[in-house]
Amino acid sequence: MKKILLLTLMFTGMAFSNVYAQSPQSVVLTFYENLQREQAVDFKGFSSERGQNLFVSAFSDGKPDIPSCTTCHTPSPTGTGKTRAGKIIEPMALSINNARYTDTVKTEKWFRRNCKSVMGRECTPREKGDFLTFMMGQ
Amino acid sequence: MRFSFIAVSLGVLFGASAQADDDVYPVVSDPLTASACGECHMAFQPQMLPARSWKAIMQGLDNHFGEDATVDTMAVSKIESYLVANAGDVGWDNEILRGVSSSSTPLRISELPKWIDEHDEELPANVWSRADVGSKANCRACHRAADKGYYDDD
Repeated sequence: MKKILLLTLMFTGMAFSNVYAQSPQSVVLTFYENLQREQAVDFKGFSSERGQNLFVSAFSDGKPDIPSCTTCHTPSPTGTGKTRAGKIIEPMALSINNARYTDTVKTEKWFRRNCKSVMGRECTPREKGDFLTFMMGQ
Repeated sequence: MRFSFIAVSLGVLFGASAQADDDVYPVVSDPLTASACGECHMAFQPQMLPARSWKAIMQGLDNHFGEDATVDTMAVSKIESYLVANAGDVGWDNEILRGVSSSSTPLRISELPKWIDEHDEELPANVWSRADVGSKANCRACHRAADKGYYDDD
């Protein structure tokens, strides 16, 4: 009985220390990593390079006036962007905007909306993870 | 003497509030509406469209002028309630809705006849493509305090 209690305490303690050791951004990234692992057994990690490529590429299946992420976010991850309706968009680079990518629900919401606008479809978990990996390194 | 002073003051106060100034609108006071609608564009004052328009807009967020602007169902219902309760045809004699037929459901403020009159008379047609304007939804490009409800001409 004592042993069980001790083990329970140990595991609870480990679980807590794990949560506190993680940044909010790594929690978000882990969410996509787990999704990707479910889809691809040979998952080899996200790629900042693929993420950058996604950010700067022009797509033809989305809205014609928003062919690329950079249309609104500017070509630089550190740039201050603007929506087509004139609202300021804070920079995407984590190094100068650490309020970014702290909330999975919010991150998912913007991927859902903006991937559809730019690419005409939802992004895959791998694309999202690549994109985040790139932006978190900027 | 004192009584009549109060009476006159009240008269001035009520007179002023009953006479709606078409350049001034109440601030969007619901925080959820202000934040959710204000993500991509200025959160427009609900008095600028009739209740039926807000209902149509809130039921069509999956294609919001070509964009996916969906929010969770709880938020849809809260925001819609606020917009409808404060709509331009609810207890508000609103000049901007003049000329809107009761059978039409305008989805853009910039489609209202009064809005068109106000903007077409004074502005060159190419003003909307100016880099610092870009869109008719960008009220603040010219009306700097539009988010506070002030739409003065200059």
